[in-house]
Amino acid sequence: MRQFLLFLSVILVGIIFTARLFYLQIYNSDADSILNDNAIRKVYDYPKRGFVYDRNGTLLVANQPSYDVMVIPREIEPLDTLEFCKLLKIDKARFDSQLKKAKHYSWRLPSPFVSHLSKEDYAVLQEKMRKFTGFHIQKRSLRQYETTIGANVLGDIGEVNNRDIANDPYYKMGDLMGKQGVEKSYDSILRGRKGIKFIQKDRFNRNIGPYKEGEFDTIPVQGKDIKITIDSDLQAYGEWLMQNKRGGIIAIEPSTGEILAMIAAPTYNPNDLVGRKRSKNFNKLIRDTIAKPLFNRSLQGVYNPGSPFKLMNALVALQEGVVPISEKITCHNGYKYGNRFMGCHCGGGPRDMVLGIQKSCNAYFATVYRRILDKDGNASEGIDHWSKHVKSFGLGKYLNNDLAVGQKGRIPNRKYYMHAYPKEFYSTYTISNAIGQGEIATTPIQLANMIAAIANRGHYYTPHIVKSIEGETLPDNFTKPKHTTIDKQHFEPVIEGMLQVYKKGTASSLQVEGLDICGKTGTVENFMKIDSVKTQLTDHSIFVAFAPKDNPKIALAVFVENGYFGSRFAGKIASLMIEKYVNKTITRKDLEKWLLTHSLENEYAKPYSGEPFQINRGSQYQVIPMDEVIDLPEESNLKL
Amino acid sequence: MRQTDRHFKFDWITIMLFFMLAGFGWLNILSASHTGEIIDYFSFTEFYGKQLIFIILSVVLIILILSIDAKFYERFSSVIYFASLLSLVGLFIFGKSINGATSWYDLGGMTLQPSEFAKAAAALAVAKYVSDLQTDIRQFKHQIRIFAIIVIPAFLILLQKDAGSTLVYGAFFFVLYREGLPKIYLIIGSLLIVLAICALKFGVVITMFITAIVVFSYYFSKKKKPSFFQPVVTLTIALLISFVVRFTYDTLLPFHQKDRITIWLSLEKDAGKLEKMKKEAAYNLIESEKAISAGGWKGKGFMEGTRTTGKFVPEQHTDYIFTTVGEEWGFIGSFGVVLVFVLLILRILHLAELQKSQFSRVYGYSVGAILFIHFLINIGMVMGLIPTIGIPLPLFSYGGSGLWGFTILVFIFVKLDSNRINEW
Repeated sequence: MRQFLLFLSVILVGIIFTARLFYLQIYNSDADSILNDNAIRKVYDYPKRGFVYDRNGTLLVANQPSYDVMVIPREIEPLDTLEFCKLLKIDKARFDSQLKKAKHYSWRLPSPFVSHLSKEDYAVLQEKMRKFTGFHIQKRSLRQYETTIGANVLGDIGEVNNRDIANDPYYKMGDLMGKQGVEKSYDSILRGRKGIKFIQKDRFNRNIGPYKEGEFDTIPVQGKDIKITIDSDLQAYGEWLMQNKRGGIIAIEPSTGEILAMIAAPTYNPNDLVGRKRSKNFNKLIRDTIAKPLFNRSLQGVYNPGSPFKLMNALVALQEGVVPISEKITCHNGYKYGNRFMGCHCGGGPRDMVLGIQKSCNAYFATVYRRILDKDGNASEGIDHWSKHVKSFGLGKYLNNDLAVGQKGRIPNRKYYMHAYPKEFYSTYTISNAIGQGEIATTPIQLANMIAAIANRGHYYTPHIVKSIEGETLPDNFTKPKHTTIDKQHFEPVIEGMLQVYKKGTASSLQVEGLDICGKTGTVENFMKIDSVKTQLTDHSIFVAFAPKDNPKIALAVFVENGYFGSRFAGKIASLMIEKYVNKTITRKDLEKWLLTHSLENEYAKPYSGEPFQINRGSQYQVIPMDEVIDLPEESNLKL
Repeated sequence: MRQTDRHFKFDWITIMLFFMLAGFGWLNILSASHTGEIIDYFSFTEFYGKQLIFIILSVVLIILILSIDAKFYERFSSVIYFASLLSLVGLFIFGKSINGATSWYDLGGMTLQPSEFAKAAAALAVAKYVSDLQTDIRQFKHQIRIFAIIVIPAFLILLQKDAGSTLVYGAFFFVLYREGLPKIYLIIGSLLIVLAICALKFGVVITMFITAIVVFSYYFSKKKKPSFFQPVVTLTIALLISFVVRFTYDTLLPFHQKDRITIWLSLEKDAGKLEKMKKEAAYNLIESEKAISAGGWKGKGFMEGTRTTGKFVPEQHTDYIFTTVGEEWGFIGSFGVVLVFVLLILRILHLAELQKSQFSRVYGYSVGAILFIHFLINIGMVMGLIPTIGIPLPLFSYGGSGLWGFTILVFIFVKLDSNRINEW
């Protein structure tokens, strides 16, 4: 027995050691990859971020150098805090909080301590930096916006947060990434790829030399420049017209799906979100929960489309063959169904399709809508059929484009109404859909796309913001047409109706000489909960149009929140923008002036005033003197 | 085979395992100590260069040891033992201090550490005394003498502040137990260790409470009830020991040793303070565990360990050489080293059991036990299983005295073993 004690002890220790080795090296292994090995210092070399040009080659976004003071908490040695704070222009409290934040992130990885020093501060600091062990300066590139327009298009870049790092290990603390707009959707192209140098350290954190003679080092890949589809003159003009108004405008080139202008009002100066002032300004913007300047109304604003949707119903009716073009339907200043009545402002009388569109007759389209749904005597099947046609125009679904944000909108089908009408379902139940109210909801970009599809007589290209990327071809999604379910010949009568809207109809006052514009006004009822009481607000002013009638160059949708009837604000803006883009000059300075001097700000203030208010009163607009209006930017210098 | 062919009478398995460890150890010293691009294998200024020379010289030493008649070692064991004691005492006069321990003779350009050779001498002396026909290990009188043989060199080494090397003499406990030391020593020894750890971990009060329960239930479970006096005495002794342990820990131990124990047993209640203590006092341990951990399955490859290249682990070529194995050779390499050590020790113990002469057996057993204690403490420490104790990994760690000490220790046994069929 006695001779086994040592034998067994040796074997037991051998087993324990093996188990411990297994625990340390396999189970709980902290196996060094070259990237997390703390014996290797990683030095990043940030490439130039790609520039952004507009469709005409005007430089919109460039770069400026910026210097970040980085800290590695583990390496800090006692320092003259006072002097350091003075150099960095921060106070002691900020010093402490930044250090705490850095330590919380990591003791041994660099964290940004003070970001975006100016060139002047950097020059002073650089000479004294060696006194502050544990701190170093990292040069980065910041954005330089050559313009003040297009904040919602261009977006901005900001420091990555912990979630971004978790999602994409490419990013390290303190890196910059696109946060909104084009900067976000094309971040991976614009940013390029940072280079990295691996340097062997010793335990005193001194560099010994390149790790494996630099075998794993990479050189930075420059970010690629991109050209976006925006016409900056048109964009600037639209933003200028939208002063003191809220809403969104999307202008598309029908033949390509390229977005010519994407305006969201109110907007801000993109330079506000650059550098050290970014977080302060960003907070200011994001805390404005009433005007919501960061909310891109042209992409995210979901509204009832109103009368422009009648075009859709007309097209479906023609495709389904339920209404001959020439058939006259009489309007009795409204439409009576059962014991209910839907009013109409068209003046009454017999209407064929062209006239129905021209006069925007509710009764005509109520009849048309019911005929579509009741075609096979079953409204349940009818509405699914209708819904499918409508969705083929890109409504009620994500457009799957290259914009950072978007909304689906809503085109209802039978399933949608199942909850409200579980058993019986008649066409009259959803009669509001006939005139674009009810359950239909669209965003300005979807509506602009619908108009582009009409302008193209049956197909559209997914609206997109990128025109070209240095050395790359655009994806098929943007270059292949998407066909609607409506046959080509059915578009002509509808387009004729839209033309008549300008010639004789609701937008007859907005004609542009020598230009055949096809359009449609919309006036949309809308409501808001004020102290939990549903209160009607002044109607949204909506306008859709394309021009010229043949070989259209531009299709657009304009939404002006609470702008009253369609031609009042949206129609004027649409007409001017078309003139600007097609004719390059503006002849109707009076129209321009009217728009600029009429502010909707006091309309927007009404619901928040706490007092009862009237709606749909044109006389209550706030008129501002012309000399307080910001000048239109010069074409070469797009700064509002 | 070995019995028929006289040319191959040496146990080649032991010799092969011995050189596997020394050779692999040298590769790791090379990796841990080289700087820059050029490797000069026989450089006198680089650790790897010197170690290579030490290894070559140890071959000379082996030939010398093996060519001396086996009987010489038994006959001259007392002389060797006293000579080694003398060399230890001489340190107090002529010794040179390195890292706080006065354990070296400076021989102009190189240093010798007599404590490395004292182990072999002590093993010879113990073997000689135990195998003496007149010695009966069951008698207290003889036990005292054997303890004296062991404790004198151990005490001299402790006085030179080399606590690690002193602990090695604990190896002889296994030897004596094998040779018939009464069981009570094993029981008391184990109980003492448990008691000491309890006293440190839970404090004297709780320890005494537990001890009381154990002692009384033991006494009262006995059929023949002893007097009440016995448990009380036992308890008093236990209490005394607990107090001594606590007192030693609280006031007598130097700070660095106290911290090591604190960290090992997590004695500090405040987690934050413990973390801080680990960062400060256990820097070696943290870096060493990280380096081993970084190896993963296959390791980073020979000379590719970034932590080794960056010299993150202090003393990596000596006591912490195993971390190089861990980082560069991974689990496979580390397990291989553990396996070879276990095989070497088991082989020596097995051979010892085969010996006909008691002297050879006791000596062989001592060799196995000493290797085992070194292996246990060094690798256990590097992997954080036991508190930090400075002791080299046999044949692996850098150092001429250490290498030669183990060469002498092992090869005297190889010689004795080769002679076991001869008449004595």
